[in-house]
Amino acid sequence: MSFITRGFTGRRRDQDDRLPPGQTLVHDFPVLSAGPTPQVSTDEWEFTIRSAAGERRWSWDEFRQLEIEDIDVDIHCVTHWSKLGTRWSGVSIDTLLADVDTEDEYAMAHSYGGYTTNVPLEDLRDGKAWVAFEFEGEPLDPEHGGPARLLVPHLYFWKSAKWIRGLELLPDDEPGFWEQNGYHLHGDPWKEERYW
Amino acid sequence: MQHFDGNLLAGALSDLLAFDATTARARCNGCGNVGEIATTMVFRSAAGTVARCPACGQVLLTIVQTGDRTFVNFTGTGAIEIPAR
Amino acid sequence: MSEVTARVLPRTAWHAAEVVEVRRETPTAARIVLDVAGWPGNLPGQHLDVRLTAPDGYTATRSYSIASSGDGSQVVLAVARVPDGEVSPFLIDELRAGDRLEVHGPLGAYFVWHAPVDGGSGRPVQLIAGGSGVVPLFAIAQAHIDAADATPFRLLYSVRTPDDVFFAEELEAAAKGPVPFVADYVYTRRAPAGADEPVGRITRERVAAATFGPESEPLVYVCGATGFVEQVATWLVDLGHDPRAIRTERYGGT
Repeated sequence: MSFITRGFTGRRRDQDDRLPPGQTLVHDFPVLSAGPTPQVSTDEWEFTIRSAAGERRWSWDEFRQLEIEDIDVDIHCVTHWSKLGTRWSGVSIDTLLADVDTEDEYAMAHSYGGYTTNVPLEDLRDGKAWVAFEFEGEPLDPEHGGPARLLVPHLYFWKSAKWIRGLELLPDDEPGFWEQNGYHLHGDPWKEERYW
Repeated sequence: MQHFDGNLLAGALSDLLAFDATTARARCNGCGNVGEIATTMVFRSAAGTVARCPACGQVLLTIVQTGDRTFVNFTGTGAIEIPAR
Repeated sequence: MSEVTARVLPRTAWHAAEVVEVRRETPTAARIVLDVAGWPGNLPGQHLDVRLTAPDGYTATRSYSIASSGDGSQVVLAVARVPDGEVSPFLIDELRAGDRLEVHGPLGAYFVWHAPVDGGSGRPVQLIAGGSGVVPLFAIAQAHIDAADATPFRLLYSVRTPDDVFFAEELEAAAKGPVPFVADYVYTRRAPAGADEPVGRITRERVAAATFGPESEPLVYVCGATGFVEQVATWLVDLGHDPRAIRTERYGGT
């Protein structure tokens, strides 16, 4: 049925030339989730990188001692909304991978609550990804992934795993949660890699 | 984001199945709990709909609807008991 | 086999409904009367999905419980305003008679009630509503009134103020009429003058005092915000009700 509902426009959505194809600009920050919001205190929080060589782990205090960057990026959700110029603070994945020796080329991000998403290591390196814990100058809200989330803004935002607890380095690209359920393995918004 | 229950699945499932599945009982592959699909914990957003076991929280069912196709995944569910009509 | 599922359901389909009337139900809700050509009728407690489409193809779909039941093409909804919502403000403020709406239904086989076929008395029915959760419960209550069956029926309805009661006239008429029906109200912000019970949120004690006890083995239907439903359902099981006799429908929210 090709049916237009008289008078309905939905939330404010603007076009903008700076956006990838099929995206519109929104002025709120939608929350999308596959499960209940995990409640993780910074006392119990840990971030772990697991590789063939072993595990490298940081507590919240240790993590906060690392070099922190201010980040200003555009974000693009596969559900067609985008936000330009979002501001975050976080630790670069390059910093976290600095002492990790690996031949593996892929990673699975693991979150508190069980969410997973896969990202090739080359999409996490060279200033392209962070573990972010502040948004717009405030501690990251649990609804938006706090205490900390992965931030990989050049890919669709489902790859920026909320409530991140670690990265597992892998030799092969394996699908995470949404990827198993129809979403594209890679997720580049500029190529509209949305679904299988 | 607050959750709903499986009553909300009636619309999406009726597009896929020939019967109303919300009274069908499904077994959780995680903990073995058996219950009506209407009693699952449902998280719905524009990305997709996820139904979780009310006893253990494991994902029983996901439905992703794009413009022209639907992905449905029942992997977290064991057998489904469908009442006669 | 459950008595509720051993019936044939009306066939689900997408329909283009015509809006007959939109009128204020409470300060924050509207009653919407639709005429749906080809509607197969619906059971009390069922819902439908409303899909809105913007000119650029953007769609938003929401589920609404149906306040009416039975045969005929008229379908009644009662929609509460969700603050900063995307769909409910449109349905309440913008929708008008003559408009067309895409609806998918009737939906739902679980949260429904069947009147006893012989007009006799089925298991007692306890309805517990939180705010707009009264809509499917009202449909069930009205079906009982229309069938004039002898089933004992009670409604416990939590609202903020007397102005927020949905279907107030119909509920008052039902309570005064010859068909068994008792309604109790919990007022969380302001009660009518001379009300017996203190103003405040629903409590376990209030539930225990104003509902059929577990010894009557009632069928219990609870509907409202997720937090309300889960709290009430926990209390009911605590009070001794069989969990399998309790049917719930969560509206999200808090």
